[in-house]
Amino acid sequence: MKGFTKKTGVAVLSVATMGALLAGCGTSNGNSTSGSGNSANTTNSTTSTGTGNSGSLEIFSWWTGVASSKALQQFINQYEKQYPGVKVVNAAVAGGAGSNAKAVLSSRMEAGKPPGTFQVHAGNGSLLSWVQAGDMTPLNSLYKQMGWNTKFPQSLLNLVTFNGKIYAVPVDMQRDNVLWYNKKVFAKYNLTPPTTFNQFFTDAQVLKSHGITPLALANHGNWETTILWSDVLLGTVGYTKYDQLMSGKVGWNDPGVTQATNTFLKMMQYTNSDYNSLHWAQADGLVAQGKAAMNVQGDWAQGYFTTTAGLKPNVDFGWAPTPGTQGVFAAVSDVFGLPSKLTGTDKTNAENFLKVLGSSEGQKAFNTLKGTISPRLDANPSDYNAYGQSAMASYKKDKLVLTPTQGGLNPGFTTALQNAMTQLISSQNVSQFVSALQSAAQQNPLS
Amino acid sequence: MRARVFNRTILYVVLVIFAAVFLIPVYLLIITGLKSNSAVGLSHMWAWPNPLGFSGLSQAWQQVAPDMLNSVYLAVSATVVVTILGAINGYALAKWKFRGSNVIYFFILLGMFIPYQSTLIPLIRILDKVGLFDTIPGLALVHIVYGIPMMTLIFRNFFADIPGELIESAQIDGNGYWGVFRHIMLPLSIPGFVVAAIWEFTQVWNDFLFGVAVTDPPNQPVTVAIVNIAGSQHIQWNVLMSSTLLASLPTLIVYLVLGRYFVRGLLAGSVKG
Amino acid sequence: MNQSGQTTASESPVGVNKIRRPRVRVETLWAIFTLIPSIILLGVFVYYFIFWTGYVSFTKWNSFIQDMHFNGFRNYVAIFQSFRFQSDLRNMVFFTVFFMLGCLILGLFLAILVDQKIKAEGFFRSVFLYPMAISAAATGVIWSWLLNPTTGLNLILHAFGIKHVPQWYLSTRILPNVHIASISGGFPLAMIAVLIASIWQWSGFAMALYLAGLRAIPEELKEAARIDGAKAMRLFFSITLPQLRPITTTAVVMLMASSLKVFDLLYAMTGPGANFVTDLPALNMFDTTFQGNEFAQGAAIATVLLILVLIFIIPYLIGTLRKEVSK
Repeated sequence: MKGFTKKTGVAVLSVATMGALLAGCGTSNGNSTSGSGNSANTTNSTTSTGTGNSGSLEIFSWWTGVASSKALQQFINQYEKQYPGVKVVNAAVAGGAGSNAKAVLSSRMEAGKPPGTFQVHAGNGSLLSWVQAGDMTPLNSLYKQMGWNTKFPQSLLNLVTFNGKIYAVPVDMQRDNVLWYNKKVFAKYNLTPPTTFNQFFTDAQVLKSHGITPLALANHGNWETTILWSDVLLGTVGYTKYDQLMSGKVGWNDPGVTQATNTFLKMMQYTNSDYNSLHWAQADGLVAQGKAAMNVQGDWAQGYFTTTAGLKPNVDFGWAPTPGTQGVFAAVSDVFGLPSKLTGTDKTNAENFLKVLGSSEGQKAFNTLKGTISPRLDANPSDYNAYGQSAMASYKKDKLVLTPTQGGLNPGFTTALQNAMTQLISSQNVSQFVSALQSAAQQNPLS
Repeated sequence: MRARVFNRTILYVVLVIFAAVFLIPVYLLIITGLKSNSAVGLSHMWAWPNPLGFSGLSQAWQQVAPDMLNSVYLAVSATVVVTILGAINGYALAKWKFRGSNVIYFFILLGMFIPYQSTLIPLIRILDKVGLFDTIPGLALVHIVYGIPMMTLIFRNFFADIPGELIESAQIDGNGYWGVFRHIMLPLSIPGFVVAAIWEFTQVWNDFLFGVAVTDPPNQPVTVAIVNIAGSQHIQWNVLMSSTLLASLPTLIVYLVLGRYFVRGLLAGSVKG
Repeated sequence: MNQSGQTTASESPVGVNKIRRPRVRVETLWAIFTLIPSIILLGVFVYYFIFWTGYVSFTKWNSFIQDMHFNGFRNYVAIFQSFRFQSDLRNMVFFTVFFMLGCLILGLFLAILVDQKIKAEGFFRSVFLYPMAISAAATGVIWSWLLNPTTGLNLILHAFGIKHVPQWYLSTRILPNVHIASISGGFPLAMIAVLIASIWQWSGFAMALYLAGLRAIPEELKEAARIDGAKAMRLFFSITLPQLRPITTTAVVMLMASSLKVFDLLYAMTGPGANFVTDLPALNMFDTTFQGNEFAQGAAIATVLLILVLIFIIPYLIGTLRKEVSK
């Protein structure tokens, strides 16, 4: 990386001239040390760093949908009210589960051109990788200054703390191990949401005999089946073993993994056959229409049920932890961190924005619009809808675990897991799958 | 005049059938764009929008409009610059071969096979170094560079077909390097220019990867806005389709306008049989 | 038979320069001079980047930590051993070949149709060209709906009484299914769906190229041939097709380059598919690099991809250049 700049110096110079010539671009002050977003617009060079009310702030996220972009705007509005002199650039990039956003972000991080602050998932995924690469600044003093150490549960702070240093501010909380079901269908056949796998298969048999797809499944994004699998794994091996697997303390050749994978494959027999062509919302749609009875999905599904499908929580649709996972909360939390390359005004602005992100007012305005819950312990349940309240209650008392699909684990391992999953659901070869996981964990250490 | 390979009636029947097949996806695009978001669904994808909803369209317009101008600047400037560069290169390589000119031709051509995704990291570094990161000229430069191979290929092969006699007689008339280019090559290759411009405009206009990687709002091209309004988690199909339709209109206009120049060789009379 | 195409070429300035005038002419200097900007730009943005990618592919940079230590061929061994990359190679061969053939044949056919002095030429031309104007992402979504086996075009097939409708991109069958390395060798039927969508999108441009080529053929050539009494079909094969050869070269190279860039369409339409039946190296490279952050392995995929293309394209280009010289 270091050698890059010198070697290309001459070539770059000639390109600079060419670029200026061809594109008719007049000036470029070549000031590449000021890491912030807008090299063309950073004309205000007055270095009044102390106030944090000048310069610009680039916020990078994958919140571009209607609800999430409005929600993000709440944070930005509050920030702009306090710091009207800062030019805010909302650099949100969409992409299924943030795929485009991740590509742009990692390219920019690796190229040494980070945004002011950016969205990442809590856990041992990208966040940990960036910390290990020295790209992030610890936020312990900010936490101390804001008194956040007691405002978030330790179980959550553990997911953003590495070697005693806290690296990110959590802004929301979502749950991955939720079984959604169509209440009317369940009532019609006198079923109750399954708490064990045996009960799931009994229910599924009843539903199937009545021509209803027991479990709606989507797999267009190639991560949806992995969520189902990881929930089955959690339900099979239990909290302790699951946690050990995810942190690399137990090998993936554990018999529990094989058992869970077999159960998972058996569940796949009760799904719609065209799952590979469906987006997750289309699978939710099958449940909403009563064509399917259940669906395992993160709690973003409730946004689809209530907003898009117009269903009433606890009347038209219900929810429960996936079989065997009562008392455990598979946590997906969006967090923001501070890139270590930032200096001066850029750093001050980013820190000030992090203060807004962690604030109780900011999180309330954000999460109520986005359909997620605030991870702060002092969040008021009555600000949220029926599902939000129940999720918040679980979150405060349950044990938190990481999920392999959404930034929970070493990204190299997650990619290998998803590749192995693609093979597994067609080949049904469990031993091959397990050995793929083993070698993936060797190449991409989980802790 | 033209070879009547087909009986006229059969000809039109075949044309209409092909046009219909080509338009099925466009039809689906349009009816989906005119549905309300909740009415979009796989099981009723063929259903006529009832009621007709323009909410997707207006929502799309609001979000697409601000970036439309960026894309116009970008696509027009990049297309003009790179077609000219391509024509100049193609002329040099097709008609004034020198020792090593085929090697240079290869050198230029192979540029089109580079996988763009693998260029992002060094690309961002270089643009940042020269102060063009997050600027429309910077993005235009990227498109110009990656357009050169294709443009050179198209023009070189168009020019290769122009008989050498024409050039010789033009030289005898006192034309130099650029005289031949202006008076012989350009007029004869108008359809070549049309094809080249169509290609380049479409490429630049529809590019998403470079746009999203090297620019931020408000400098982003329209494609980024389209992907963004569709959303990450809750994809609004109707808005996605409406904005796709809106964003495809300028390209369609370019096709229609340039298509008029799909004319038969302007210098046809000067070729000796 | 009229031979003007052949005779004029040998008297081109190229021959003149080389044989009769050994000293450097001002035109040659102009030619070299005008090529310099492109060479510099491509030198940096293509060749330096290729060098950089090749360099990275031999390092240990397989996480966010930019570990530039030498890793030997381990990244290459890893990708070649992976089931996914082996599937990609199989898919790429079939996809590229059928995609190019499909676009060339359909494009030429449409160009000939449109070139028959038809009414509303502009309309038909635009209809065939329009798919190119639609973003690849939206194209992918639309075709994934159209070729959804239960709700898409199969409904039309049902209406025609066809009982065994194709499974399109959900098909996991591979014909003839020979065991090669760790994968099933053969043509994955799911690829047909991806081929339909991408040929739909790109054949219009092949048509435009051929149309421009047809319009560049001097009328006199055909006229003379007609006086000779050539029949329409013979006219086509003896005059038109040879004249279109440079266009075909353009189209082949262009389609080859496009086939490597079906990324957006594939991503939106099918993704890697069940058991990677519709996966292509570009998709794998993206996942490896940006989902898995295995930058060195991603660079290895990019490098292999480039080498494979060169193996196909260089002999082809040399062949076409030879033909040009000899004619």
